[in-house]
Amino acid sequence: MSETIGMIFIVIGIGFDFFGCIGLIRLPDLYLRLMATAKCVTLGTCSLMFGIFLINGFTAVGIKALLCAVFLLLTSPVSAHALSRAAHKSGVKLCDESVCDEYEKDKN
Amino acid sequence: MKSRIVLFIIAMLVWLILSWSLDWQHLLVGSLASLLVAFLTGDLFTANPYKFAHPHRYLWLMLYIPVLMWEMVKANIDLAYRILHPRLPIRPGIIKVKTKLKSESGLTFLANSITLKPGMTSVDVDQENGYIYVHCVNIKDTDPARATEIIIKRLENILERVFD
Amino acid sequence: MKTFRWVIGLILILAFLVFNLVLNISTLQRFINPLLLSCFLCLFRIIRGPSPADRAVAIDTLGILIIAFCGLLAVFTKFDFFIDIAIAWALQAFIGTLALAKYLEGRSFDE
Repeated sequence: MSETIGMIFIVIGIGFDFFGCIGLIRLPDLYLRLMATAKCVTLGTCSLMFGIFLINGFTAVGIKALLCAVFLLLTSPVSAHALSRAAHKSGVKLCDESVCDEYEKDKN
Repeated sequence: MKSRIVLFIIAMLVWLILSWSLDWQHLLVGSLASLLVAFLTGDLFTANPYKFAHPHRYLWLMLYIPVLMWEMVKANIDLAYRILHPRLPIRPGIIKVKTKLKSESGLTFLANSITLKPGMTSVDVDQENGYIYVHCVNIKDTDPARATEIIIKRLENILERVFD
Repeated sequence: MKTFRWVIGLILILAFLVFNLVLNISTLQRFINPLLLSCFLCLFRIIRGPSPADRAVAIDTLGILIIAFCGLLAVFTKFDFFIDIAIAWALQAFIGTLALAKYLEGRSFDE
């Protein structure tokens, strides 16, 4: 029973990974691409790790998979934040559909 | 000194979870490694170690995790819909919101949670004036006060009880 | 023109999924093929990307996909050490991305 639920979690995770990478191709702007990968790919991989935990139970492999998921959830937003700030400071512009940019106004 | 003791306990817990056995060799190597880490980097870890002694902070953190999980699932479904739509329904831009959190760890947690919420990425944090610059995929309002009301009100109320 | 490209992409992805389900391959291969396609999309962004920051984003995504590969291999081959590789790779990719971001921002490494 728990193996079936774990397989369902793994399939959902692979699907979200795939959607995130399609977003990396389709979206027009660096910040939007960063948003797609920092959300979809991170939660996809975390869901896959949770599926491994459900399949293996409370053994060494399951606990390590759960720890890997927690670690990924803690570090991925930090790297996304650092990359977006670095890109804005190195002069990457927002795309043409953008409405407003308060950060550019406050920096001057 | 107190900060080093707290760091030693946390490092020992992580070691126990990673090795997942109670053999005496594992315990010896783990305690030696944790002592080394706590001795080298103990004073960088936290500014006020007495905050670790309040049990109600852990209770509010337990409440915070399911709220964040639900926001993440909503964020992923919303973003997958926007990516797969033929016309890309986006209206992006960078807005700023005002926060009332003061401590560094609280601000870090708030910025990370904003990145995991539906359609937002935090770009920069201005700690002196308490502003966070947020890149938003579907802007409803560019005024700072109303944007604060929409975006971070619920998470901020819980995080204030955990970290301040 | 945009709708036309969307329809072509949809047909390609549906054909890939149908071949992935119909062909006579093992379960591990059925799970790994979409991740391989995602890696090729990331490589496209690394080659094509207009600015260095785009390439940094694609490299970060590639690191997280490799963690997913290690998890799948650990489930299907019953070897335990793959999950250790996954944890070590997560640490390594995080530090590498932070160093890339600092370099893009224009500061030196020992700051």
